Amino acid sequence: MKEFMINIAYLISASLFIFGLRNLSHPKTAVRGNMIGALGMLVAVVVTLLDNRIVDFSLIILGLLVGAVVGTVLALRVQMTAMPQLVAVFNGLGGGASALVAGTALYELLSLGMTPDVPFTTATVASGIIGAVTFFGSGVAFGKLQGLIKERPIRYSGEQVVKALVFGLALLFGLLLIKNPGDTHLYWLMILVSSVLGVLLTIAIGGADMPVVIALLNSYSGLAAAATGFVLENNALIISGSLVGASGIILTNLMCKAMNRSLLNVLFGGFGEAVSEEEDIYQGKVKATTPEEVALILEGARRVVIVPGYGMAVAQAQYAVRDLYNLLESRGVEVEFGIHPVAGRMPGHMNVLLAEVDIPYEKMKELEEINPTFDQTDVVIVIGANDVVNPSAQTDPKSPIAGMPVLEVWKARTVVVIKRSLSPGFAGIPNPLFAMENTLMLFMDAKKAVQEIVNALKES
Amino acid sequence: MEDLVMYITVFVLAMFVGFEVITKVPPTLHTPLMSGANAISGITVVGALIAAGSQNSGLAKFLGLLALIFATVNVVGGFLVTHRMLEMFRRKE
Repeated sequence: MKEFMINIAYLISASLFIFGLRNLSHPKTAVRGNMIGALGMLVAVVVTLLDNRIVDFSLIILGLLVGAVVGTVLALRVQMTAMPQLVAVFNGLGGGASALVAGTALYELLSLGMTPDVPFTTATVASGIIGAVTFFGSGVAFGKLQGLIKERPIRYSGEQVVKALVFGLALLFGLLLIKNPGDTHLYWLMILVSSVLGVLLTIAIGGADMPVVIALLNSYSGLAAAATGFVLENNALIISGSLVGASGIILTNLMCKAMNRSLLNVLFGGFGEAVSEEEDIYQGKVKATTPEEVALILEGARRVVIVPGYGMAVAQAQYAVRDLYNLLESRGVEVEFGIHPVAGRMPGHMNVLLAEVDIPYEKMKELEEINPTFDQTDVVIVIGANDVVNPSAQTDPKSPIAGMPVLEVWKARTVVVIKRSLSPGFAGIPNPLFAMENTLMLFMDAKKAVQEIVNALKES
Repeated sequence: MEDLVMYITVFVLAMFVGFEVITKVPPTLHTPLMSGANAISGITVVGALIAAGSQNSGLAKFLGLLALIFATVNVVGGFLVTHRMLEMFRRKE
């Protein structure tokens, strides 16, 4: 009877997760949705504490306390610009925890003198491999985002063979464990090899492909939890894990589409490692400008679109952008933001930065929404974005970014690009936009540039 | 074996529910979606609680504690940071 009640409670908590996610479909209901999700987790935790198998609460109290303090400090202190790093850390911890729980379940069964059956060990193997790959893959992603490891993809000859061999080896240890479930050394060997695999997979991926990797690791952390659910025969874990797995898969897919590349190409394709020979498309055509001149142009504008990229995050320019937005709006100028799906280092990264400085979400437009409006736009200000506004995606079929959906900013009357230099973006190719008739380059740090435009506007 | 089929059924059906629900989330909210979904994947905490609290031997107990700390950071931090972000989206109305 007690077990029946516990299982019903788990079902309730899984349902609450689904309700919670459903409420994320609109910014107005999203806060409530997140709380419903948290409530579901609370139900699951409280019910578990009633479980007969728990005999000693000392470690539980210690673990909950340490985890809660660390989690709270991380969540409250993180800068919005550092959100991709934090999500990478959380993904990794979730995956790591799932692998550890599966491993512990194996030890527990063995200590009771029982022989684990094939489904049990198969699920343990799945959880171990996915969990370890997630943990160490996320570790590398964190290192790259935080600037501890160089962001450029690390490539070497025979790379794919090495990865295939390492993956094969992890599977081999897994199969051996399924055959000899009593030999726990095999579990640890499998974890060790999977950890190496996690590092190899992410170290090969460059900065601007991070949105895909973060989304994929998000999906893995869910799948690891689901696999652990099979180990523990627990429906709450299976349902929640597959929800998160599905969410990560959808986001991964969206990110790949936004770059017109397949997932295999992102993971193994070697994009962005070759910096192409600098064709002199810029010679004599690039027009540099000053903040004062930009302010002058903005005075006559009725509609302005701001296109933010990762450069805005790096320069922490979002507050200056807010000042510019407020000033223009107060003068009756219509201002909108054009946001490319892969702008920044994780899905939705730019939106969070803009929300942080109180830009209403109605002003943040998706690519399909904003593109038809550029020909009625007086001024576009591109802040720290490059490949996502590159016209060669549409004009040059041989370009590495050919076919990638881009923001058609060049259709506006004037385009101001705030960028430190003419250096290429992640794709390693020159951007014809910078040499166009209606483009002005403002070679400055993003934050300083926007601040000076605001000052010039105020003085005039 | 019948149990296994039942669990696989649950897994596949939940996947479908996931696809249905998540496709409705607007791109603006994709970062909070990731952190929120991530907090949900911390449901592993359920297994970690049992592992840390049951009559395990030394190593298993230590692993259980480690798993519990990881999962709790994931859950508490994940829901909190998601809340922080979503409040920013709601603020201006």
